[in-house]
Amino acid sequence: MGVKQSTVPFAGTNEQYEKLLKVIADHKDEKGALMPIMQKAQEIYGYLPIEVQSIISNELNVPLEKIYGIATFYSQFSLNPKGKYVISICLGTACYVKGAGDILLKLKELLNISDGECTPDGKFSLDSCRCIGACGLAPVMMINDDVYGKITPDDIEGILAKYK
Amino acid sequence: MYRSHVLVCGGTGCTSSGSPKILETLNKEIAKAGIKNEVSVVQTGCHGLCDMGPIIVVYPGATFYSMVKPEDISEIVNEHLVNGRVVSRLVYDATITEEGIKSINETDFYKKQYRIALRNCGVINPESIDEYIGTNGYEALGRALTQYTPDQVIQMIIDSGLRGRGGGGFSTGIKWKLAKGNDADQKYVCCNADEGDPGAFMDRSVLEGDPHVVLEAMAIAGYAIGASQGYIYIRAEYPVAVERLNKAISQAREYGLLGNNIFGTDFSFDIELRLGAGAFVCGEETALLTSIEGNRGEPRPRPPFPAQKGLFQKPTLLNNVETYANIPPIILNGPEWFSSMGTEKSKGTKVFALGGKIRNTGLVEIPMGTTLREVVEDIGGGIPNNKKFKAAQTGGPSGGCIPASKYDIPIDYDNLVNIGSMMGSGGLIVMDEDNCMVDIAKFFLEFTVDESCGKCTPCRVGTKRLYEMLDKITKGNGTMEDLDKLEDLCKYIKENALCGLGQSAPNPVLSTLRYFKDEYIAHVVDKKCPAAVCKALLSYVIDPSICRGCTLCSRSCPNNAISGKVKEAHVIDQDKCIKCGICKEKCRFGAISIR
Repeated sequence: MGVKQSTVPFAGTNEQYEKLLKVIADHKDEKGALMPIMQKAQEIYGYLPIEVQSIISNELNVPLEKIYGIATFYSQFSLNPKGKYVISICLGTACYVKGAGDILLKLKELLNISDGECTPDGKFSLDSCRCIGACGLAPVMMINDDVYGKITPDDIEGILAKYK
Repeated sequence: MYRSHVLVCGGTGCTSSGSPKILETLNKEIAKAGIKNEVSVVQTGCHGLCDMGPIIVVYPGATFYSMVKPEDISEIVNEHLVNGRVVSRLVYDATITEEGIKSINETDFYKKQYRIALRNCGVINPESIDEYIGTNGYEALGRALTQYTPDQVIQMIIDSGLRGRGGGGFSTGIKWKLAKGNDADQKYVCCNADEGDPGAFMDRSVLEGDPHVVLEAMAIAGYAIGASQGYIYIRAEYPVAVERLNKAISQAREYGLLGNNIFGTDFSFDIELRLGAGAFVCGEETALLTSIEGNRGEPRPRPPFPAQKGLFQKPTLLNNVETYANIPPIILNGPEWFSSMGTEKSKGTKVFALGGKIRNTGLVEIPMGTTLREVVEDIGGGIPNNKKFKAAQTGGPSGGCIPASKYDIPIDYDNLVNIGSMMGSGGLIVMDEDNCMVDIAKFFLEFTVDESCGKCTPCRVGTKRLYEMLDKITKGNGTMEDLDKLEDLCKYIKENALCGLGQSAPNPVLSTLRYFKDEYIAHVVDKKCPAAVCKALLSYVIDPSICRGCTLCSRSCPNNAISGKVKEAHVIDQDKCIKCGICKEKCRFGAISIR
């Protein structure tokens, strides 16, 4: 995994900043509070740019490198903003043996982005994920909270059209 | 009292196929029919038969409606609930017999199952502590606290023969004993609910369908080892499970089943949730504990074992969800009851997530010692589309592929290890002749390369090299020497990696090399992929006896690789062909095949 730096300028609001400070104050004295704080911070900002990591670092008096280390270790943390519609294609084993690989190829082709990227208009971002636990519906794709099961590459264009 | 109970499955599979809408419509229609006081609607956890969702079960009679649509609901309400006539067009096919419609429990899918860990899933409303208590919930905790000493509880678990359901299969009772044996001012009981195995979702189903069982079992464990604090480490990707656990914890606190002086004794115990953030390695125990402490989830060498120095350097007991789900029934029914099921060294039952090329995908719980054939053919309903069984993969990225020659092997911990796979958390993915085993090995290695934490070199570099060699073979550039190198490197990684993830990462390669070496050789020597999966090794060929020379393929080819005169057989230039498959899609006569 390469170093991920956000390509989009940071535009946090004062309101978000206040919220984050409150979260930090609430959890500060708990044991092992760093991860829950980072998870809440990502909920507030939608992602974890270096600016947000710095705030957490200063407030908790934890070195930024440790926070960056955690942010890049776990796949749930994102240093880049996500699209308006987040597409997750399951590449768990059950989905893979039923052809999820071909669906990912089709999505890449149609959206013209690769895994982990966002379309230039900010509309779609594409992530492959490992098992969302709906193996009975394999292969499975999620767009935000909508689940699409038993899909074929030919279905993709029609599904995407619903979000355009 | 209600005269009828309607269970609507709220498991992940059914929710994904639209059960929330079904529930809403059902409540509306029942109100409209004016039978709200006679019929109770319960949203339950997973029934296991996810393939047939959304599922509704009507009691009495256990009538099983499958693939229900919102527009079917008014018919079910008016015909079945009001007039007492089963709507046969909507019931699950397998329950229809000549003598009429039978109970779901008599179908092949459920008949051979025995449900201990899943006993409440699909039966009770997971959001109601009263329903859990109504099925003897928290009785085991009450008995443990008031009738048994901690040592007696531990002895019961040892005698039951229960082994860890999360992977390695270590004796649960011994683990508890070790944790009890280390004195400290503070100890912890943790639950591994970071189910990261792709293709396994049994823990999720227990957490979503019966969350209280985990809380009760953790409290029993806390009493047994002398801990007052518990942590559940759960994947953030399981929002429904997180929500239900939170609800369950606050209900249990309200009822005094968590907190201070439980059941009026001097035992106090509380539980907190910690959300995982998506790292497979955190399923390894030392990595999980490091992650709860708020660090990168990297494993560390053992000893010291968590039972000595675990979470925050204190003695810690860690079990997974399914293991905990077995604890209350063992306390209630006695260890002999539990150990009467299973094989010599593997007692009780195991939950498997059946998936892949199998008719009944879903969740099954079977006694240890059931054969793979019974699971796939009888319970799973066999392979669809008249295809042949090729292999079953168990143990996820740490396990291996079981070939058809081992179809009749009784499934237990030791048998699976002996044939080069492992129990793991219980994913069971069936593959047919259309799956390429080299490609599957590559798929798992891609996963481990991605998920390797990078701390130790054998895993960080070794798995990457394994992946590269497999990639080379699937592209047709492999040599026979590569196959030997592959095996050597696998053995080296197994012996030298720091944690379970690295040590087991070569298993998918080793097991496919052992049972499907001919497929590797076909890729290396003949430059062919027998299952026609590896794109680089496929060639598209036109059968001249079928080709009518319509020119459609040649006009559609993006790389002008097809030539031929009108009304004469066409030919594909293999050097120019980019294997996009458009010609095969376009051909109206089926003249183009992949070889």
